[in-house]
Amino acid sequence: MSAVAELGKLRKQAKSQKGKRRYKDNLAGHLFLLPWTVGFFAITLIPMTATLYLAFTNYNLLQSPEWIGMDNLSRMVSDSRLHNSLEVTFTYVFVGVPLQLVVSLAVAMLLDRGMRGLAFYRSVFYLPSMLGSSVAIAVLWRQIFGHSGLINQLLAMVGIEGRGWVSSPDTALSTLIILHVWTFGAPMVIFLAGLRQIPDMYYEAASIDGAGKIKQFATITIPLLTPIIFFNLIMQLIGAFQNFTQAYIVSGGSGGPADSTLFYTLYLYQQGFGRFDMGYAAAMAWLLVIIIAALTAINFFLAKYWVHYDD
Amino acid sequence: MTDSPKTQTPTDGQTVGMAQGINKEKRDAAAALANEEVLISTKPEEMKVETPAKKAVKSTIKHLLLIIASLVMIYPLLWMVVSSLRPNELIFREAGILLTTFHFDNYISGWNALSHPFHHFLLNSFIVVFGSILANLVSCSMAAYAFARLDFRFKIPAFALMLMSIMLPVHVVIIPQYILFSNFGWVNTFLPLIVPKILATDAFFIFLMVQFIRGIPKDLDEAARVDGAGHIRIFVQIILPLMTPALATTTIFTFMWTWNDFFSQLIYLTSPDNYTVPLALAAFIDSTGESNWGGMFAMSIISILPLFIIFLVGQRFLIKGMVTTGIK
Repeated sequence: MSAVAELGKLRKQAKSQKGKRRYKDNLAGHLFLLPWTVGFFAITLIPMTATLYLAFTNYNLLQSPEWIGMDNLSRMVSDSRLHNSLEVTFTYVFVGVPLQLVVSLAVAMLLDRGMRGLAFYRSVFYLPSMLGSSVAIAVLWRQIFGHSGLINQLLAMVGIEGRGWVSSPDTALSTLIILHVWTFGAPMVIFLAGLRQIPDMYYEAASIDGAGKIKQFATITIPLLTPIIFFNLIMQLIGAFQNFTQAYIVSGGSGGPADSTLFYTLYLYQQGFGRFDMGYAAAMAWLLVIIIAALTAINFFLAKYWVHYDD
Repeated sequence: MTDSPKTQTPTDGQTVGMAQGINKEKRDAAAALANEEVLISTKPEEMKVETPAKKAVKSTIKHLLLIIASLVMIYPLLWMVVSSLRPNELIFREAGILLTTFHFDNYISGWNALSHPFHHFLLNSFIVVFGSILANLVSCSMAAYAFARLDFRFKIPAFALMLMSIMLPVHVVIIPQYILFSNFGWVNTFLPLIVPKILATDAFFIFLMVQFIRGIPKDLDEAARVDGAGHIRIFVQIILPLMTPALATTTIFTFMWTWNDFFSQLIYLTSPDNYTVPLALAAFIDSTGESNWGGMFAMSIISILPLFIIFLVGQRFLIKGMVTTGIK
């Protein structure tokens, strides 16, 4: 069960366990959990609350925080670089994530159970997603899509004159989206496992009934795979929103050219750790949480209409 | 189209049973039974019968597609490896991956391009990675044992909070964390990168291990309990040895994520003395600009080599880990 499904189960459990009772391993349980408990409060919950407080202050690390109420919020409303960074991030997420999922599902469908070379293909397709978030790959991307990089050399062979993909504001973001799609191996592996769980019997029955491959795909594969599509979608969305490394390296930390790769997290980093404008960065961090939470909630709400669970 | 598979299952099951005695009338009847939508474009007989030749062609096409896709996927990596062995001026002229000369100088110039030789950064990265692995293994397995096997107060809400923390973006805690660690004087040390892991903040691994422990038969620890073993003994002598696959998965993922981690290392490690590999590579771009691509590629290859080795050795665990946490 995924973490997502697990949460739903817990709610039921909590309801059924109301009322006082004795806990069998109360002391041992809390002792084993102690590192986590300390960490949860000290590293997660209290800092989260502190970030919320800082969001209403002006704070530069040197002087103590100064309460400025809604000023950060109104600054966000009028900050055009912030709006731009949201647009860049949303474009990246809403183009890159669906594209990556479609590719990963398509390739997973091609990899039949027990086919020759399966392990080889799976490894080759998975490898990029393991390396994709490294600085090394971002360095490579910068060269490949550079003015005299690999892509333009290949294009020149067929007589097309390329351009500096990374250095042009129109295309810089696209190179990062391509990088995201290139790392489709991780969701693909999850799709593969999901496809293996669909009993062959369904397909046999459908083909006897005369359903073609496309119809089988639409009426068997997709409906039975919806929980996994949903899981991949949620995980990739949350991940893509927080992407940082590639944009930082490819643009040399600036988010350029012309702010075209200024991801939200990169702008947050610039504000918080470049200019030490911690109050504003804190406000931005909470906006990020709110956006991710809202999108996840919307997805869960919509899931009722398209995700089929057997239980 | 929108029929849920659940409602189709019984009829489909029936169809399979009938189809075994390959009988046309029965098959047609079953087809009619199972499917009201007559959207079928091809006749059933034509669908089923596929000559071996046709099958072979289909499989060849499929393999061809997959091989082309593999090549496209892997080409940039191969090209980087080859380019790291080419003189600088050739990198921007040679799109092929056939190596005519073997030029090892890039590795030497790259290794010494920064204020410290590259093994200094490799060593720093390894320290952070091994600290993180050790911390995750101990703290997450303890928490997982509690969640999976013990009965204590606040277990359910704690478990729910743990699951939710998996999805929490680091940005919402990083600023106060930074302030906290800088008050401790920990900025520009490895401690801010390792200490949170001692406190089991990588909740993803707790979840992975909980899933795994749930699959271990309870009889084993109950028998030990009857024999008078305490929780520590059950945990150390029964559960831990049995959960080595989950520990291996944790090790591999922690290695991968920490090795690749850029954001928190960028924030906490400020002097070149403490730079890890990702920071060193970033500094490489800044200091030599675009002038030494060969050296940069060479060090990039060096930097992903450990990942590649982990990938070869631990692919089995990687994939298993993704699948157990991803789906049933």
